Amino acid sequence: MDSPILQVKNLTKIYGQNVIFENISLDVNRGETIVIIGPSGTGKSTLLRCINLLTPANSGQIFLNGQEITAPESNEDKVRQQVGMVFQNFLLFNHLTALDNVMVGLSKVKKMPKARAREKALYELNRVGLSDRADHYPGQLSGGQQQRVGIARALAMDPSVMLFDEPTSALDPELIGEVLGVMETLAREHMTMLVVTHEMGFAREVANRIVFMEKGSIVEQGKPDDLFYRPQHERTREFLWKISELYGKKEEKA
Amino acid sequence: MSDVPEFFIRFWPQLLQGAGITLLLTVQGLAAGLVLGLLSALARVYGNKFWRGLAVGYVELFRGTPLLVQLFLIYYGLPGIGITLSREWSAFLALGLNSGAYQAEYLRGSILAIGEGQMMAGRAIGMSKWRAIWEIILPQALRLAIPAWANEPVSLLKSTAIVFLIAVPELMAVGKTIAARTYNPIGAYMTVALVYLAIVYLLDAFLKWAEVRVKIPGFEAEGRKA
Repeated sequence: MDSPILQVKNLTKIYGQNVIFENISLDVNRGETIVIIGPSGTGKSTLLRCINLLTPANSGQIFLNGQEITAPESNEDKVRQQVGMVFQNFLLFNHLTALDNVMVGLSKVKKMPKARAREKALYELNRVGLSDRADHYPGQLSGGQQQRVGIARALAMDPSVMLFDEPTSALDPELIGEVLGVMETLAREHMTMLVVTHEMGFAREVANRIVFMEKGSIVEQGKPDDLFYRPQHERTREFLWKISELYGKKEEKA
Repeated sequence: MSDVPEFFIRFWPQLLQGAGITLLLTVQGLAAGLVLGLLSALARVYGNKFWRGLAVGYVELFRGTPLLVQLFLIYYGLPGIGITLSREWSAFLALGLNSGAYQAEYLRGSILAIGEGQMMAGRAIGMSKWRAIWEIILPQALRLAIPAWANEPVSLLKSTAIVFLIAVPELMAVGKTIAARTYNPIGAYMTVALVYLAIVYLLDAFLKWAEVRVKIPGFEAEGRKA
């Protein structure tokens, strides 16, 4: 296997007095799907935001394709074109149609000619199963559809890595499946993905590796089967037990 | 009062000309004010300390003093420091500067209402801060601003009446001339009032039409949640 596409080295993030995470190191290989799990407030989302430079880390380094993107001379706008981000609350551009949401990065950031940008945007919308919603505004789409447009918008930039920040947490239960379905397809197409989620089913079925984070550090990581059935740490076991009980209850109710 | 129809027949060329100048002053002041207001609003929300301070100073100064004082300072005061402007330029400058201060506040409010998430999403696909402001924030903020902002054209239109004091031949000045010529101030000013009313009516209709034109499904000032 060649060198990791994304390398996080000793990354630390502090807000005021609060240490969000400390000395986090993580290698992400090309085509790998990594699911980050852990209790809320352990810095999972902040880690994603540091990786695409939306939040500056206090110390440590991040390498993308061998380039240090945390270096002072790195161009953050260029870096973000290579790192796709999908947000918990979708954050589609409200004044643009689904098609224009996907197109705007191509035509305004990549300066692609209109016709080509349109063609590419339609291709990406089709990839998430929404070509028939191209001219709908976000306000006219369901949450699940909005999130799929959000994924298409990020994919359109041809990123090296896709970051998903709890992509289904804001969705009604019956809409979660369609979003996870798109993500599963991407994983099968060997998109490199870093996913923060509480969807344990997705983690078990789709992830190549699961990373368990707690209180600002990585407690344990490994193949889904190892983590689910042979966790090395007591905390991992407890967390997985708690969350699968919760998950099981939800399924019983539904 | 019964003279009003007669005044319209007798003085329609002057009234029309005055109304034209009034409308021109309004449109010019509004345009200048929009540019100034937009720049100040952006400076206040996104600018560094220097630009923020400058914008705050401008807005406070021009909202905090009477338009008439501003007009006189520009027309009678500036020549004192060697800057002499024509009546028309003075009127344009006073109205534009004054309107800009009010528009800055309308626009700042709607920019803040858009929320940081939209900016973050723009940055996340590689837009620079200013590109995201231009492509993402402003198209939404300007739409959101329309209902409140629509007060400004009407308010400015009526404010233009004071520039007759520096003898710009707009609608109010025409009214004064008619009053003096006919010794009938009630009829003359009633006639002028009706013309103002008609222009305001047309302006409102245009603004409503524009608001509907640029409306985006699921994205409105009222019930904007989507």
